[in-house]
Amino acid sequence: MGTKAMEAFVSNETALFMNKHPPHVFKPMSLPSIIVKLTLGLLWCIIHLSISLFSLCYHLICNLEYYLISSGLLPKYRNLQLERVKYLAIVVDSREANNAVKLKQLLCWLSTIGVKHVCLYDIDGAIKKYFEPGMNGSGDGSSADSLDVNANTKALHCCHGEMSIECISGCDGKEGIAKAANLLCSMYFNGDKYTHGVDKSELVFTEADMASALKSIGYGGPEPDLLLVYGPARCHLGFPAWRLRYTEIMHMGQLKSMKYGALVKAFYNFSKKYQNYALPTLLLHS
Amino acid sequence: MLDSLISQDLKMEKEKQPDEIVTTGVLESLQNFIRKCIVAVLSYGPMPRHIAFIMDGNRRYAKSRSIKEGAGHRVGFSALMASLLYCYEMGVKYITVYAFSIDNFKRDPTEVQTLMELMEEKINELLENRNVINKVNCKINFWGNLGMLSEPVRLAAQKLMASTAGNAGLVLSVCMPYNSTSEIANAVNELCAERRDMMQREHAGSSNGRAAGSGAHSDISVADLDRHMYTAGCPDPDIVIRTSGETRLSNFLLWQTTFSHLQNPEPLWPEFSWRHLVWAILQYQRVYPYIEQNRIQAKKQL
Repeated sequence: MGTKAMEAFVSNETALFMNKHPPHVFKPMSLPSIIVKLTLGLLWCIIHLSISLFSLCYHLICNLEYYLISSGLLPKYRNLQLERVKYLAIVVDSREANNAVKLKQLLCWLSTIGVKHVCLYDIDGAIKKYFEPGMNGSGDGSSADSLDVNANTKALHCCHGEMSIECISGCDGKEGIAKAANLLCSMYFNGDKYTHGVDKSELVFTEADMASALKSIGYGGPEPDLLLVYGPARCHLGFPAWRLRYTEIMHMGQLKSMKYGALVKAFYNFSKKYQNYALPTLLLHS
Repeated sequence: MLDSLISQDLKMEKEKQPDEIVTTGVLESLQNFIRKCIVAVLSYGPMPRHIAFIMDGNRRYAKSRSIKEGAGHRVGFSALMASLLYCYEMGVKYITVYAFSIDNFKRDPTEVQTLMELMEEKINELLENRNVINKVNCKINFWGNLGMLSEPVRLAAQKLMASTAGNAGLVLSVCMPYNSTSEIANAVNELCAERRDMMQREHAGSSNGRAAGSGAHSDISVADLDRHMYTAGCPDPDIVIRTSGETRLSNFLLWQTTFSHLQNPEPLWPEFSWRHLVWAILQYQRVYPYIEQNRIQAKKQL
C-alpha cells in the first residue's frame, strides 16, 4: 500500500479523534446532554428492536426449512455423508445442561443420523453427573484404543445403534492443562536430570510433551471434527484447548428449541465445508 | 474509505479536477459525520474492550479479483490499518490479529518467503513513518515464537515493540508465528523455569549446612499459567472474528476465548469494512448479558 495514501487516510481520521474527550473525564450532565443521551438510548433500542424483529423472521424461515428437511422434502438433505464426522462434540450451556429429556432426544437423533462417537461438554459438569453412574470405560477395547477415549466414556445403546458417549466439563479444560503442567514439572524436578541446585538438562517442554501428559492423566481424547454449540451464543465455554484446535464450530441455538432439521443441515454444511479442508488450517490462504 | 485505499493499490491514480476534490472532501466529511453519529448510538450499549481477528481470505480475494497473491495480502494489510482506526474510533482498547500461524511454515517456501518479506516491509514502514503510530498512540506487541522468524523480520519486530512500548493508547497485538498450544507449552516452560530458579535460590540460600529442602511448592494452578501467557495483563477477547465464513479457530487464543463471542462473517478479510465491524458489535451487544453472566459466575467459582 502506498505510504502516502496511508498517511493521508490516518491524518484525515485522527484529526477527528483528537477532538474527542477522554472517556474518563467527568462532565456534569446538563439538560441538553440528558436529552442527547436519551435520544441515543432511544435510537439504540430501536436498532436492536429492528434486529430482533429481523432475527425473528429469519428464525421462522429457518424453522420452515428445518420442517421441510425433517419431512424429507428437500432432496439434497436426504443422503448425508457422515464419513468425515468420526467424532462429534456438543457444548451445552450450563443452564440447559440439566435438561435430561432434551439431551436424550438429541442423542437419539444423533444415533438416528448415524453418529457413532459423541462428546458432551458443559462447563459446570452437570452432564457428567447425570451420566456418571454408567461411566466405566468403553466396553469395546478395540474402539477405545482407536479413539483414545478415557474413563469418561460410556457405550450407550441409543435408539438405532451403539454410540459411545464421552462426558467432559470445565475441569477437563484449563484445570486439566494445569495438572498436565504439574506432571511435567514434577517429572523434571524428580528426574535424574535435575538435582537440587543443578540443572543437568535444558528445560523445554513441547506441545507433544503436553499432549502426552494430558493423555497420561486422563485428559486426552480425540479432536472432534465438528462441535455443535447449544446455547444463546456461539461460545466454546472452555472446551479443552488441545481438542479444539481445528474443529469446526457451529451454533445451533438453544437446546430447548432444538430441531432435527437443524441438526441435519449442520451435518450437510459440514460435509460441504470439509471438502475444502485437507490439512490443519493455514491463515492468509485462499 | 478502504475502497479508496484499495483503488490506489490496484489502479493508476487519475488526475482529479478541483471540483472533484471539493465534492470528494464534502462527501468524506458527510461520511465521517454519519459514522460518528452511528458510533455514538452504538456506544450507548456495552462496547467490547478487546476484539481478536483471524484475517482469513486474502488469497481468495486476490483470486477473485484476478490479481497477484501478494497484492491480496497487501490489501489485507490496508484492511488491518483501517480496522485498527475504526476500532480506535469506537473505543476498543485492545486488538489482536492472527497474522501468521506456526503451521504456515509448512506451506510452499516461496509463499512463506513472500509473506516474510511483506511483514518486514510493513514493519519497517511503520518504523519509518512513526506519525501513523504516534497519532493513535498505538502500542504494538508481537506474540509468538519470534525465534522461528528470519532475523531481519525478528529484529524489525523487536525494534517496533521497543519503540512503541511506552505508548498508552490502543494496544495492537500481532500473533506471528503463533499457535495457542505452543503458547500454552511456552507458559509451562516459563513457569517451570521460574520454579527452578526459586529452588536454586533456596538452595543457594541454605548456608547453615542444612540440606536444601525439596521446595514444597504448591501445585501449578490456572492462575499461574495465566501469568505466563503472552496475553498476561490483557483482558480476554470479547469478540473473535474470523472472516470468510470459516468456522474454525485454527489454534488461536483457545485458552483466552472461553467466553468470547465467536463470529464468522462471510466477507473475505480485505472486504471487511466499517459496516461489518458495526454489525459484529451489534451482535455482541445482543448476547452481552449472557456472556457477562457467565463471566461473573466463573469468577465467583474461582
